[in-house]
Amino acid sequence: MPIAQVLLVDDEVPFVETMTKRLSKRDLQVVAAFSGKESLEKLQEIPEIEVVILDVKMPEMDGIEALREIKRNFPLTEVIMLTGHATVETGIEGMKLGAFDYLMKPCDIENLLAKVKAAAAKKRSHDEKIIAARLKEITSRRP
Amino acid sequence: MKQPDTPNHSYYRSLTRKMILIVIIVSLTPFILVTGIILEQFQSSYQEKVRHHLKELILKHQQNIDGFLNERLSDLRFFSKSFSLEELRSETFLQEKLIGLKREYNAVYEDIGLINVDGFQVTYAGPFGLASALYSQADWFKKAITKEFYISDVFLGLRGIPHFIIAVKQDRQGDDWILRTTIDFKAFNSLVESIRIGKTGSAFILNKAGEFQTTPQAGAVADKETYMLLLDKIAKTKDGIDMIEKADEAGRESIFVAASLKHGDWLLVYRQDAADAYADFNRTRKIALTIFLLGALAIITMALLVSKRMVRRIAKADREKEMMNQQVIETGKLASIGELAAGIAHEINNPVAIMVEEAGWIQDLLSEEEFAQSENLEEFNRALKQINTQGKRCKEITHKLLSFARKTDPRVHAVQINSLIEEVVGISDQRAKFSNVSIKTDLDPDLPLTEVSPTEFQQVFLNLINNALDAMEKKGGTLTINSRREDDHVVFSVSDNGPGIPKEYLARIFDPFFTTKPVGKGTGLGLSICFGIVKKIGGEIDVRSVLDEGTTFEVKLPISKSVPAKSAGTD
Repeated sequence: MPIAQVLLVDDEVPFVETMTKRLSKRDLQVVAAFSGKESLEKLQEIPEIEVVILDVKMPEMDGIEALREIKRNFPLTEVIMLTGHATVETGIEGMKLGAFDYLMKPCDIENLLAKVKAAAAKKRSHDEKIIAARLKEITSRRP
Repeated sequence: MKQPDTPNHSYYRSLTRKMILIVIIVSLTPFILVTGIILEQFQSSYQEKVRHHLKELILKHQQNIDGFLNERLSDLRFFSKSFSLEELRSETFLQEKLIGLKREYNAVYEDIGLINVDGFQVTYAGPFGLASALYSQADWFKKAITKEFYISDVFLGLRGIPHFIIAVKQDRQGDDWILRTTIDFKAFNSLVESIRIGKTGSAFILNKAGEFQTTPQAGAVADKETYMLLLDKIAKTKDGIDMIEKADEAGRESIFVAASLKHGDWLLVYRQDAADAYADFNRTRKIALTIFLLGALAIITMALLVSKRMVRRIAKADREKEMMNQQVIETGKLASIGELAAGIAHEINNPVAIMVEEAGWIQDLLSEEEFAQSENLEEFNRALKQINTQGKRCKEITHKLLSFARKTDPRVHAVQINSLIEEVVGISDQRAKFSNVSIKTDLDPDLPLTEVSPTEFQQVFLNLINNALDAMEKKGGTLTINSRREDDHVVFSVSDNGPGIPKEYLARIFDPFFTTKPVGKGTGLGLSICFGIVKKIGGEIDVRSVLDEGTTFEVKLPISKSVPAKSAGTD
């Protein structure tokens, strides 16, 4: 069982490819998308995705906008932001919009891994709570 | 750096000239017009008055003299009618009467005589011993015997002295007898002589033939032509008075006023130098012209001075505007560079990230079993780690650049400048190493906060450091940065041990556009911007330098008010 299901979103193709290889070697199930739009499509296709690693600066739909859409449509999915140009402002904005965390490129792979694990754990704990709440609701229903 | 002088210089010179010209023309034209018009009006009216006055004068004198002559005539007629022939034939009687006349009329009558129809002077009373004189051939007699009365011209006569006579004819006992009296020439002359007006005015009497009847003043002579002209004119006038302005024999412009006397027989001529007659006006005109010249001179001088000063001000304002423009351009450039830097930094980060990831991937692969025995495994790992390290370094560099190039926030808040200093030192580190300069910092850790705009302060600091690095580029050296507290100021200094700054430059070093760098290398604005920023905050910036030893820039900043004042002892 993989540590987590991850969607990696970045418009730099070589980056995505190498990152995918490295993360896969570390037991993550990685799906790749190269634009904000594509990321939404992939999320729709594969509901098992738990964590999204999202680049901030992308053409067309940029990271912040993509984050908004993801949070709107797939609120339980955790998002980790990758920013390449060191603006603390976008990082903070992202956090306000509900991102789990943000990292600066180039990033330390181990650091990223730790964050992904934490994000996945959070999602799973949420999922469990929801299931528990539903169960409770069903079992407490009067016949 | 001075603006190129030449194009501006000729521009300003022509501007000055235009200003001067306009001021002079605008000021002088009305001045000239007013002076000219007033003088002209005044002159014509004054001359009119003078002429009128002279005519009046002559009229008066004409009446005077004519009156005198008529009176004498009346006297004689009365005299003649009052006494009988017998009485008149008595010499003693006549003498008595002469004395009486003389007494009464102030010695005007010189003598008196009774002459018969043949011209024989029967009786004579007077000083000349002319008893029994014969006048039958005399001109006057010939005329007198035909008229009721006769006044003669001035002539020498038997006595050889100029005189004129008044003769009255009367029929006594069937014959014509003439009673004749001589008028004292001197007395008559003095009547006319006394007509003096001004400095050069004098009068005299001429007869119809232009012969003088009184003695004219010295120099008051004109040619016969003038007199004939006058006579002519007078004949045409109603009251027998007229005036000519002509040059006399000596060439002086003169006014001749003439009046007819004795029913046109004589001409009373009055002559005066034109310059004399119009003396008052001429003086006024001189004064007016003097004032005008002085005024014009003053106007021209003022025009020159004021215009020059004005243009100097304009030139100065133009220069300042030019400086302002340059500063704006520089600021714009800096802003563009900032934006460019941001873009570049991001652009660089992505490729660097990719490189680091690939190296990391290789590292991951190397940890696989198949490479465990590889002899170069250690070397591979070391090299890959190095790539990682350098990648991180790139990141730091671009991050530093970006944080500095962010839009300058002029907002002031209390900051610890030590951290700002350290940031800037970090940025400049690389360059310093390149130039063989070692940077030493000595920052007081308890430095109080100051109210500055962080970005502006960093700009000041970066400027100072860069200048020091530029100075030490060739030989390298040490750059010392020091921060400390002094009373209620925070003081930091940037010292280098470079070539120093010559004394004559020290005074101008904060001037805009002043630079010792070659064209294209420096704008000369760095220090002047520093100066402006420091001054704005309320601080001071100073420079000390010794040739071949080094330069120190010192900046004093006021402590933030939010910091409690330093207390004397411990709390």
